This record gives sequence, structure tokens and C-alpha cells, in this order.
Amino acid sequence: MANRIGVEVSIAIANAVKLANVDLVAAYPITPQTHIVEHLSELVANGELDAEYVPVESEHAAMSCCCGSSAAGARTFTSSSSQGLSLMSEILYPAAAMRFPIVMVVANRAMSAPISIWNDHQDIMVQRDVGWIQTFAENGQEAVDLTLHAFRVAEDRRVTLPMMVNIDGFTLSHVIEPMEMMSQEEADAYLPPFKPRYRLDPRKPVTMGPVGMPEVYTEAKVAHSEAIKKSKKVILQGWKEFADMFGRHYNLVETYRSEGAEVLLVTMGSISETAMTAIDKMRDEGQSVGLVRIRLWRPFPGPEFRKVAGKAKVLAVVDRCLPPGALCGPVGAELRSLFYKIPGSPKIFSFVAGLGGRDVRVEHFEEMVDKARAFAKRRPKELYDVIGVREK
Amino acid sequence: MAKTDAIIGWKTLAQGCHILEPGNSAQFRTGDWRSQRPVLDKEKCIKCGMCWIFCPDMAYSQDDDGYFIADMEYCKGCGICVHECPKDAITLVPEEG
Repeated sequence: MANRIGVEVSIAIANAVKLANVDLVAAYPITPQTHIVEHLSELVANGELDAEYVPVESEHAAMSCCCGSSAAGARTFTSSSSQGLSLMSEILYPAAAMRFPIVMVVANRAMSAPISIWNDHQDIMVQRDVGWIQTFAENGQEAVDLTLHAFRVAEDRRVTLPMMVNIDGFTLSHVIEPMEMMSQEEADAYLPPFKPRYRLDPRKPVTMGPVGMPEVYTEAKVAHSEAIKKSKKVILQGWKEFADMFGRHYNLVETYRSEGAEVLLVTMGSISETAMTAIDKMRDEGQSVGLVRIRLWRPFPGPEFRKVAGKAKVLAVVDRCLPPGALCGPVGAELRSLFYKIPGSPKIFSFVAGLGGRDVRVEHFEEMVDKARAFAKRRPKELYDVIGVREK
Repeated sequence: MAKTDAIIGWKTLAQGCHILEPGNSAQFRTGDWRSQRPVLDKEKCIKCGMCWIFCPDMAYSQDDDGYFIADMEYCKGCGICVHECPKDAITLVPEEG
């Protein structure tokens, strides 16, 4: 195994995409995704990566180009953020429904207005239901590993679905971190060549994306939904073989000092590392707290989450997104429906934190745990609470 | 169109709702929602085949006597043949019932 070398996470992701030997990258630069696609563009220009780099006119065009490329049987990558990801939205649906195994790294960023280039999860939560497999990385090494893993899962014939790897904008994308990079031989051994079941080929014509009359549309949607549910097995298998080869273990949900804990913090993405520091502090003080981190967001690993968190009394769920008018944030809502009417299941409260790049510090996690305990005794008016918001 | 005549379940639907059989629209009655039909006046027709050339649905074919006749399984009643006919030999007649 190679030595750990300090690399900017975005550059390391681009290098992982190079190791995946992609055939086409179509992307439009947007902060904080820029370094990923800039570096890929350099790798192609320098002849280090034998791929087409298409500098498209918009994200809508980027995703359209990716669909055509993937339909033709080419290994395809793109990356975006925030407003750019939203501009792709229309094409994200057919990319998934037409079963194009495109891989995209999303450098998560807030949605305007006011304009914010900084990190939260509003951009991806808008795209929650587009039918892509979605994972969240905690650190740079994981971002690199999940990117390589994404190609393998997406292109597996048992899956054939596009996959998004979410990395927190700036917090991960612009940080230099010591990382292990696999060699080309190792990456090739992990990632077999892309051999799609169907592709656009004049010698064997097929129609992709036909009209679906009411008699067939429901069946098409159910087929897609069942396919993404079944992908969990392949996702796990991909991580198991990754662990065998590279020694780094990944699971659908991760736990930290959660055994027997009364209160569990639930997080996604990079703030989980701060949350672990907070758990250590609270555990040292004798509090019965732990952490559960969701790595796979879609398909949601319901039974696996229930297994690790079902015995807690209270869940303090961090939602890095405030959907106006909703009962609570999307992660909180997901978990509420997971545990609804299950006897002895934990009480669930959603805490909105870290919007538009605001730091979530150790004391904020302590505040969430305290509040969740209090809410469990006396039910609050709202199902969510915004951490650190000034009123006057 | 994805297969609609045959009622199939989600497990048998092709991946991505693709259509794997080229030209399979020939199997479907694509003209059954027509509201008007082209009627040929054989007295005026010179068998030039302009209707056959311009028909967007390839509904026209030549009969044994050399006339071009539209197949009502596929004709959508768009009227392009009526517009293109140099002898005004085709007229559109409303479908009734």
C-alpha cells in the first residue's frame, strides 16, 4: 500500500477519476466543485488521461452530454454543486430512469438566496428523489474511496444506475489531507471494464427514452424503485472487496461509541468528525451518548439503521437543510417514518445546523443532546429546532 | 412507444423502459385516434406517389392497380397527403361514430 501523501481533496478525487480510466467528462465549473473538473481538464489536456473532456455551456448540457455518453457505453463522470446541480435536475431524472451509470461528485453547497458559496446539504436534498444512489463522505480519503466504489456499483449489471458521491463543499473539497492513493494496477483490479447490457449501437438498434403511456408508466417507476432498493447488496459487496484490497472498511451506517447509548446524534458528511469529538467529551463527563452516521442516503438503509439505533431512547438528528414549511428537515422526517409506531422506538428530534457554511462546533452538538433530552420529557411545539439562530 | 397493447408487469419490462426491437411501432395501431380520414378520388389520381412520399407515417402503399392507398391502421389523418396532392384528388372526411 502506498504512503500517505498530503493532497487537496478535490485533486485527489480527480486523480481517482483518472484511476477509474473514464472515457468522458462533461462539466461546467461552479464553486466549490471547480478544482475537481479543472484538474480533470488538465489531466486530459496533458495527455495523462485518455478521455474526452467536454467544456459544456451549462450544467443542463453537462448532464445531457453525460447521458449520451453513458448510453453509448462510455464510462462517464461529472461534478457539480448547488445552483449548478439544480440546473441539472431535469436531466438527473431520465439519467436514472434510463439507467445510465454516470458517476457524479457533488461538492455540497447552500442554495441562493442570499448567495452563499458555502457548505450545507440543501442542494442535494432538493435532488433527493431523482433516483440516483447517493452516498456521503466524511473525509477526503473516504471521498476518494467512495468515488472509485461508485463506478463499480453504478456499472454493475445488477444495478446500472447513476451514483452521486456527496462531499461537503470547502470543508472537504478545499482541504489538504494526508491520503493513500491506490496504484493504477490496484484500481484496475478493483474496477472491471464497463460493459453495459444495452448501448446505442447502429448494428443493434434500441430505443432509449420512449413515451410511456399510462398503461406502462407505473410499471417503469416500480422497476426503477426496485432496482435502487436491490442495489444495497452490490454496494455492500463493493465495500467488502474494497476492504479486502485496501484495508479500509465502509458500511451503510457507521457508529461511534453508540453501544448502549441513551441519546444518539445522527449525522451525515464531514461534521461527523466534530460530532465524534463532542461524543468523546460527553462520554468523559459520564453522559450516555453516541453517534450514528448515515453513509448511504439513497437507497435509505432502513433495517440497518434500526439495528444500530433502535434501542436508543432519543435521536438528535442533524439536518443541514431547512425546507420552508416542512414539519422538519429531510433526515429527521426519514427517521420519523422509519420508526413510526414501532413499540419502544426512540423519540426523534431534528436540529437544523450548519446552514450556508456556519460552523457546527462541539458545543453545538452538546446543545443538541441537551435539548433532545429535554424535548423527550416535554414535547416541543415544532419537530425541529434551529441551532444558533439569532432572533434580534 | 413502450409496449402498451401487451399488458406486462414491472419485472418483464426492459431495463430503463428501453425498446429492444427496432421498428416495433409497426405492431401497434398508431392511427386509432384519427379524427378525419383521407379519401382518394381515383378519377383525378395520376398515381404520381406524392402522397406516398410525404406521408410521415409511411401509411401509404401501392395497390395492384397502381393507386396509392393509406392503411387506416396507421394513418393519423394529418392531411399532409391532401396538401401535397398536385391534382386535389384526396379530401379529408370526418371520422364518424
